Amino acid sequence: MQQATTQSGIIDTSYREAVREAIRDAIKRDERVFLMGEDIGRYGGCYAVTKGLLAELGPERIRDTPLSESGFTGAGIGAAMAGMRPIVELMTVNFSLLALDQILNTAATVRHMSGNQCGVPLVIRMATGAGRQLAAQHSHSLEGWYAHIPGLKVLTPATLEDARGMLWTALEDPDPVLIFENVMLYNMTGKLATDAGPVGIDKAAVRRTGRDISLITYGGSLWKTIEAATALAAQGIEAEVIDLRSLRPLDDATIMTSVTKTRRAVIVDEGWRSGSLAAEVGMRIVEQAFWALDAPIGRVCSEEVPIPYPSHLESAAIPQTPKIVAAVKAALGRP
Amino acid sequence: MTAPAEKPRLSREHMLDLLKQMIRIRRFEDKCYELYTQEKIRGFMHLYDGEEAVAVGIIPLLEKRDRIVATYREHGQALVRGVPMTTVMAEMYGKQEGCSHGRGGSMHLFDQATNFYGGNAIVGGGLPLSIGLALADHIQRSDIVTTCFFGDGAVAEGEFHESMNLAALWGLPVLFVCENNLYAMGTALAISESETNIQQKAACYRMASEAVDGMDVIAVEAAGRRAIHAVRESGKPYFLECRTYRFRAHSMFDAQLYRDKAEVDAWRKKGPIMHLQGWLQANQMIHPEDVPHMEADIDAEIAEAIAFAEAGTWEPVEQLTRFTYAESIFPANR
Repeated sequence: MQQATTQSGIIDTSYREAVREAIRDAIKRDERVFLMGEDIGRYGGCYAVTKGLLAELGPERIRDTPLSESGFTGAGIGAAMAGMRPIVELMTVNFSLLALDQILNTAATVRHMSGNQCGVPLVIRMATGAGRQLAAQHSHSLEGWYAHIPGLKVLTPATLEDARGMLWTALEDPDPVLIFENVMLYNMTGKLATDAGPVGIDKAAVRRTGRDISLITYGGSLWKTIEAATALAAQGIEAEVIDLRSLRPLDDATIMTSVTKTRRAVIVDEGWRSGSLAAEVGMRIVEQAFWALDAPIGRVCSEEVPIPYPSHLESAAIPQTPKIVAAVKAALGRP
Repeated sequence: MTAPAEKPRLSREHMLDLLKQMIRIRRFEDKCYELYTQEKIRGFMHLYDGEEAVAVGIIPLLEKRDRIVATYREHGQALVRGVPMTTVMAEMYGKQEGCSHGRGGSMHLFDQATNFYGGNAIVGGGLPLSIGLALADHIQRSDIVTTCFFGDGAVAEGEFHESMNLAALWGLPVLFVCENNLYAMGTALAISESETNIQQKAACYRMASEAVDGMDVIAVEAAGRRAIHAVRESGKPYFLECRTYRFRAHSMFDAQLYRDKAEVDAWRKKGPIMHLQGWLQANQMIHPEDVPHMEADIDAEIAEAIAFAEAGTWEPVEQLTRFTYAESIFPANR
């Protein structure tokens, strides 16, 4: 890595650099791995994630594609079925809709409809989320939507460790894995161990422990939720924060253990409220931990509106720390 | 009958083999139709009746290591490729002895042993998949050819154009076989395409191409030989349009309101089986007992396939969620 070493074994890095290092590491580790997508090579990546990789790894491993999302996603599926381990970068979730046929009708179904003869060990990465004033067509958070689909796995790395470590584990998975990188996290900086490597992808993580309420979230909303928990602590409310990490499958055990302990839950999800992942998590709590609850489950989701361009309206449309604080107080019956 | 341009194989033995393979598909599907009316086979079922010369002309030319991607009208391709008729029939019954474990049915015949990648039922959906299979072979410097079958309807899809461009741009070993039967379900080519000469579309992608009478198995075979040779030698894609016709309805739910019976009858007179059989008779290359002998062999094979499917077993409902992931990550009913 190119980052300055500030102390032995720990580096200062960013989410963007952690993802880049994960890609570089995977390609060097396994000759079957290659990355393809729009503007990943000569341009250096829409969010500069892949900057420098073309020069270092060459055009066979860092393959620029035309604007043919369905075509090159399908190419990733076929290459995976024929023994490669492709990483397809779809730039953003917004453009993934142009590849939805291949993701849903092919990648997610082939193992099943072939009676287990063909698997698709493909990883698809894409940016997701609002917050950069990119307006209604470039600000979707559809990861919860993809989590509806049997046959797919859906990951949402929120920390530097997960940005660095989830990719390799996903590549080792025999089934298609979608990785959603929230656009607001790419500039996030922090410390990372120099030997940081693959991480598990099947468990949620308790990012903050607390006794009074469980805040269940993922991706870009994790840091707003932690900020809310810190503010609440100053008022004597100890919130437990769960980072789901994987939206499909969901780690029910970690959720229920926490909710059973705190007896209250608020779910924070940048997806729109109706038919959201938050609705799924909430319903699972009702199914599995209803008798442990002392209060109705709360939700902080995006408002039911396409994401607007002006900053103040965009901010109001998606989950923010004050809304999370207010939802927690409502669940606790506190003023 | 078109004379093949190179390596003509007009021996009696070879011609009778082509004839038998076409009759084998036809009689198999005639029986499938019957079994459908008896509700042994359900769901969507699309018959290849009239188009047999395409699969029979091309697939036997492929090597064992080559790959095939097909559509939901793929019974013929599967049978010619060597997927056993027993497991194809069991699949159509939905029995777990089927070639896709019964999970796919008529539209999703898969067979890893013969590199048969379905059985794709989204029009155009198999095209990007074929690009990926060929990309893997290109990266691994192999000489494997991926043959992708699709219909004229797929040509209107964006995935067709994306795939044609990617194959030509990256120089991938794909043989595109367009089975142009003139109708996308019930929409005639002239109603869906501004340019109805499909072969010409390949030129936009600087791809070598050829159009052939898809009712003439010898012409298809000759063109297929040229095409496969070109792909294998150059590693680059090739586009082959086979002009054919579907005698039966699009699927079992089609009342055929969109075409005249007279048109169907006219095409039937050019049918690939009649065409070859007539030519063999005119050239005194077929004996009166040849076809009855073939039909007896084929009928015995079909009877065996039906017996296999009938004796097949239903997968236990307890196994419902299998094959969604390599390992089950969900408890039952979750």
